[in-house]
Amino acid sequence: MLNQQFHLNTKMFDADVEQVPIRKGFGQGLLKAGELDANVVALCADLVESTQMHFFSERFPERYVEIGVAEQNLVTVAAGMAAMGKIPFASSYAMFSPGRNWEQIRTTACYNDLPVKVVGSHAGVSVGPDGGTHQAIEDIALMRILPNMVVISPCDSIEAHKATMATALDKHPTYLRLAREKTPVMTTLETPFEIGKAQIFFTPDTGLAQVGIIATGALVHKAMCVAKKLEAEGIKVKVMNMATIKPLDINAVLELAKETRALVTVEEHQVKGGLGGAVAEYLAENCPTPIEFIGVKDVFGQSGTPNELIEHYGMGEKDVEAAVRKVLTRK
Amino acid sequence: MDSHLTDEQVLDLQIKATKIRMSIIEMLAEAKSGHTAGSLGMTDIFTLLYFHTMKHDPKNPSWPERDRLLLSNGHICPVLYATMAHAGYFPVEELMTLRKFGSRLQGHPHREFLPMVETSSGPLGCGLSQAVGMAIADRINGGHKKFYVLMGDGENNEGNVWEAALLAGKEKLRNVVAFIDRNFIQIDGDTEKVLPLGDMAKKYEEFGWHAQEVDGHNMSEVNDAINRAHAVANKPSIIIAITIPSRGVKSFEGDYRWHGNPPGSGPIDVVPKDKQKEVALAELQTTMDQLTALKK
Repeated sequence: MLNQQFHLNTKMFDADVEQVPIRKGFGQGLLKAGELDANVVALCADLVESTQMHFFSERFPERYVEIGVAEQNLVTVAAGMAAMGKIPFASSYAMFSPGRNWEQIRTTACYNDLPVKVVGSHAGVSVGPDGGTHQAIEDIALMRILPNMVVISPCDSIEAHKATMATALDKHPTYLRLAREKTPVMTTLETPFEIGKAQIFFTPDTGLAQVGIIATGALVHKAMCVAKKLEAEGIKVKVMNMATIKPLDINAVLELAKETRALVTVEEHQVKGGLGGAVAEYLAENCPTPIEFIGVKDVFGQSGTPNELIEHYGMGEKDVEAAVRKVLTRK
Repeated sequence: MDSHLTDEQVLDLQIKATKIRMSIIEMLAEAKSGHTAGSLGMTDIFTLLYFHTMKHDPKNPSWPERDRLLLSNGHICPVLYATMAHAGYFPVEELMTLRKFGSRLQGHPHREFLPMVETSSGPLGCGLSQAVGMAIADRINGGHKKFYVLMGDGENNEGNVWEAALLAGKEKLRNVVAFIDRNFIQIDGDTEKVLPLGDMAKKYEEFGWHAQEVDGHNMSEVNDAINRAHAVANKPSIIIAITIPSRGVKSFEGDYRWHGNPPGSGPIDVVPKDKQKEVALAELQTTMDQLTALKK
């Protein structure tokens, strides 16, 4: 059942569930953050509408910088602005930022510990027809490895809105990972959001869960659907929405691992170095637990519809379900 | 516009620069690694900026209204550290900790270790764009601070520099004044053989900049160029400073092999390794004696 604690969207399992691109929540959250704090500024590398920064740039043209197709400059100019007390949000496609400008992010944002907000839109294979060159499936790993960096991957547009506003108040560099496609809305305006806090979205009616699914981004919805399906069979599953990948909510991970002794991680990213990697690194040391990993397995993407690609790379509902059944046998 | 330097001002600055060069030799010899040629080559410009040009307060390094100096080619940080120490930011004795464990004076500047530097640097090509960001932020705030950037000529191989140059031109950032240490050397040799930079003034002009070429060791000439840069409306300024690598130590001057070697590890065909530090210091002492004699 849906965890009542978080005021989730009760229609999330309906066929006609409302779907909104996660990036749109970012765009509107940035506008709100800009209204609340005059130090919030925005920079974009020739993708202002794609990354939904146009809400901000149209409202605050004097606080917006069009950088052009120059991602190295994008983040280093942002670092300069942050050094002067600004809260810069710098957006592009995730493949190019942080894909192309990793060292600049490392040296000027993280090494200086400045509040540069790197916004990577169009992450994951669900970018679809553009093909593998444009499908960032390594970005979480690239950002997670950097000291001082916070990594956030919202599950829907409403969470993206809140995450954007929350990160505007955080003093550290942040990577905000966004998806392009319309995504089922799972949270509501009442759902709380806090950087570094995981949330159990789905929980058994009674008793302890047999399996825990830890998911991030748009695929949280697939995890929720699988949990609901298995509930009808009497398999008790908890689904954790891990919006903040770094700092990882280790207490929540530990608690879920101890309760279930069997986990599945779900992400639209390489399983190596991503959310699955983060969970496994922590648990290997603190509570060794059988884990099945849903994500891309060390290959590049290709053209196709988002759904075709999600299925092809083993991230569909049937894959999550199979992973749950498999991990149950490993307990 | 600021006035020309008087002869007395120039002499005082030259004395400062000589002291700073002596510190550079001593700290590099003590560290047993680090970059000599660029540090000595840019000493005159650092001295001018810290002791004449910039609005800053060594006793209050985080003074919000200060001008900003960004060292982009972080490997010449010995000259930054030595100039800052002589300007009163920290004790001159601390220079001897350069590159040692626990030191604030990291091998390349790190702002978390030494918050009074404006940015961390080392990987090339990032200083100009940070200054551009700072100048845009300052403009949003209605400020009028100056943003000085120091770059190497070899550093201009980096694409990031030209991305920043395009944006600064577009944004007409008149408060950005960047210097290129045009010493024609980089690690693999002559800049015009490694990756020809050609007419740098013309290139920057094409990007929307006001460009000047000066003798980087003539304080008076550099000062005039800075004044002209400040007088330019609606354009960032590039000052291409023609410099001699390892300037001030005749035995080292002009030899690219001093790029990444400290006294004690440099080329041995002119001065043997064990004499390099004392030969350099003796040369600088002679210069100092001549300058102080003029002062009297």
